[in-house]
Amino acid sequence: MPYNLKEVVAQKPSRFTAGHRMCAGCGAPPVARMIMRALKPEDHAVVAGATGCMEVSTFIYPYTAWTDSFIHTAFECAAATESGVEAAYKAMKKTGKLPEDNHTKFIAFGGDGGTYDIGLQSLSGAMERGHDMVYVCYDNGAYMNTGIQRSSATPKFADTTTTPAGKVIPGKMQSRKDLTKVMVGHHLPYVAQSIGLNNFKDLYEKAEKAIYTEGPTFLNVLAPCPRGWGYKTEDLMEINKLAVETCYWPLYEVIDGKYVINYKPKNKLPIEEFLRPQKRFKHMFKPGNEWMIEEFQKEVDTRWQELLDLEKMTNKEE
Amino acid sequence: MGIRERLSGNEAAAIAMKQINPDVVAAFPITPSTEIPQYFSSFVSNGQVDTEFVAVESEHSAMSACIGAEAAGARAMTATSSNGLSLMWEMIYIASSLRLPIVMSLVNRAVSGPLNIHNDHSDAMGVRDSGWIQLFSESNQEAYDNLLMAHRIAEHKDVLLPLMVCQDGFITSHSIENIELLEDEKVKEFVGTYKPEHYLLNSKEPIAIGPLDLQGYLFEHKKAQAEAMRNAKKVIAEVSSEFEKLTGRHYSFFEEYKMDDSELTIVCMNSTAGTAKYAADCLRKQGIKAGVLKIRMFRPFPAEEVAKALKGQKAIAVLDKADSVNGAGGALFEDVTSSMFVNGVNVPTVNYIYGIGGRDVPATDIESVYKDLAEIAKQGKADNPYRYLGLRG
Repeated sequence: MPYNLKEVVAQKPSRFTAGHRMCAGCGAPPVARMIMRALKPEDHAVVAGATGCMEVSTFIYPYTAWTDSFIHTAFECAAATESGVEAAYKAMKKTGKLPEDNHTKFIAFGGDGGTYDIGLQSLSGAMERGHDMVYVCYDNGAYMNTGIQRSSATPKFADTTTTPAGKVIPGKMQSRKDLTKVMVGHHLPYVAQSIGLNNFKDLYEKAEKAIYTEGPTFLNVLAPCPRGWGYKTEDLMEINKLAVETCYWPLYEVIDGKYVINYKPKNKLPIEEFLRPQKRFKHMFKPGNEWMIEEFQKEVDTRWQELLDLEKMTNKEE
Repeated sequence: MGIRERLSGNEAAAIAMKQINPDVVAAFPITPSTEIPQYFSSFVSNGQVDTEFVAVESEHSAMSACIGAEAAGARAMTATSSNGLSLMWEMIYIASSLRLPIVMSLVNRAVSGPLNIHNDHSDAMGVRDSGWIQLFSESNQEAYDNLLMAHRIAEHKDVLLPLMVCQDGFITSHSIENIELLEDEKVKEFVGTYKPEHYLLNSKEPIAIGPLDLQGYLFEHKKAQAEAMRNAKKVIAEVSSEFEKLTGRHYSFFEEYKMDDSELTIVCMNSTAGTAKYAADCLRKQGIKAGVLKIRMFRPFPAEEVAKALKGQKAIAVLDKADSVNGAGGALFEDVTSSMFVNGVNVPTVNYIYGIGGRDVPATDIESVYKDLAEIAKQGKADNPYRYLGLRG
């Protein structure tokens, strides 16, 4: 059945409820809601959350926004925690301690802080061990929960509270880590990069594949942050679109090692289009700083070309 | 009755785990506890247990996975030592405050640095306020027995706290001793099955665990946790007495060795108690009324009972195998002396920091402590309560 947003929303009640305390214009809640919707209605899920914006805004005692079971332990170990839950499921299924009709899926959510940085080891370990789970990184490109500090996902030149654009140092001076490729290096059956775009088709379908592919799978989803990025709350979907149209955040999936780029813009927009609406890049537009935009563009181009090459290389006819 | 065997402390712990047959074991190797997950892996590979063994990439993940598994509704176990426990530290507190009855075999070893792989109690002392029940074991037999009792205590509805069974690295973990094992079936029956009231995998009743818990609630939750630790005392007594009926082996909060008529008493934990008993016997031949109080249950601390047991002694020495580096004395010393003070027991008491980093503790050292105590008893007071034993120069 082809994807239809109206039908999905009508037929699958939200498993991530209203009343959570995420900011208006935050990219993360629609991502979480859509991913949870990709579950079959009859399936139960245990969600593990890393400490971060999403966790502290969706599960404040005695309230929870999650209709499925949810566990939070600490910042760096959502993957390890979930691997324990999944191991328990296997053991309890094997010994008949869970009823036959119990079908549980395992989804972990972490921000880029809990995933790219402090939780990378835990994630790598859980994926390598082959637990049947999806790890979702909602990447907002900095430690937003503690007040916009740089992470290894923060793009070059971004102004954050630990890489302030100053008179001598113009923001973050390092390029961002390509975590999706790091995860591809784990040779997982399914790795994808997505975003909340248009009618969420891309995200929904990738979530469905990730959840229902056996074994460890990884989704990296760009989730803009109005406070950290400095855009107007109502512009969330526009920012998402620009991230894709400029090829800053390409939509692609890697299925058993084969790259598939899901969207190739006919008219690739210049990176300024993505940078300009965001306050964190404001200093790049000052006279004399043109080199920063050029360098940023070059990095985007190099990474996009690399992706095109990888797609070609991994899909070669034998 | 029972199966006579010869096992090392690590083997004894691994055999206990095999007989318990937990749902999940998540562990990472670290000397001197490495053998426990190794032996256990072979039980898994040979189909002798139903357990899912999660060969994690760190101790932090070991405890995280145990928390996930236990919260999911499973029985989870692990083993570690020293820096492994240090790396778990964050998760140790979380395990306890989420009220998850995880059971750990802790093979005590000095915490770095500098690096040392030998025995002292600095690892266990570092988590003494984390809300874990801590049982100490003099011998391989005690390490085995404590593990068999662990789940009954930890999983009791009035407790629901994680529990660690401590034994001395190398001294007991790698020494082969005679041991009496219980038959598999008897262990199975004694330990029983784990039936959690609420758990993540119950699709009929989804739950959420580990919230952001702010000013309005955290205090009450911590009080409930403290209450559970107090309740553990009663449960430990009950389970120990049931275990005695099954095995004939008696366990209490602590063991009083020759304290019926003792005047000079040493308080200590784990394998040193064996040496202290031997030293006490030697001195008794010389007419010195020596006694030993061996703490088995360090958390919860049996404050009233310890004070009562020590009442009437003429001098007491508390042996700490970890220095608190606080300018005042070791952790056991502080617990014992404050218990005595609060309960109105006034006996001259001194502290000896000893055995650090695996420093050998010969019986002659222990004898020297009794001789110091004889002098203190004569004077009726102790000048310097914060002392070192077996320190060079």
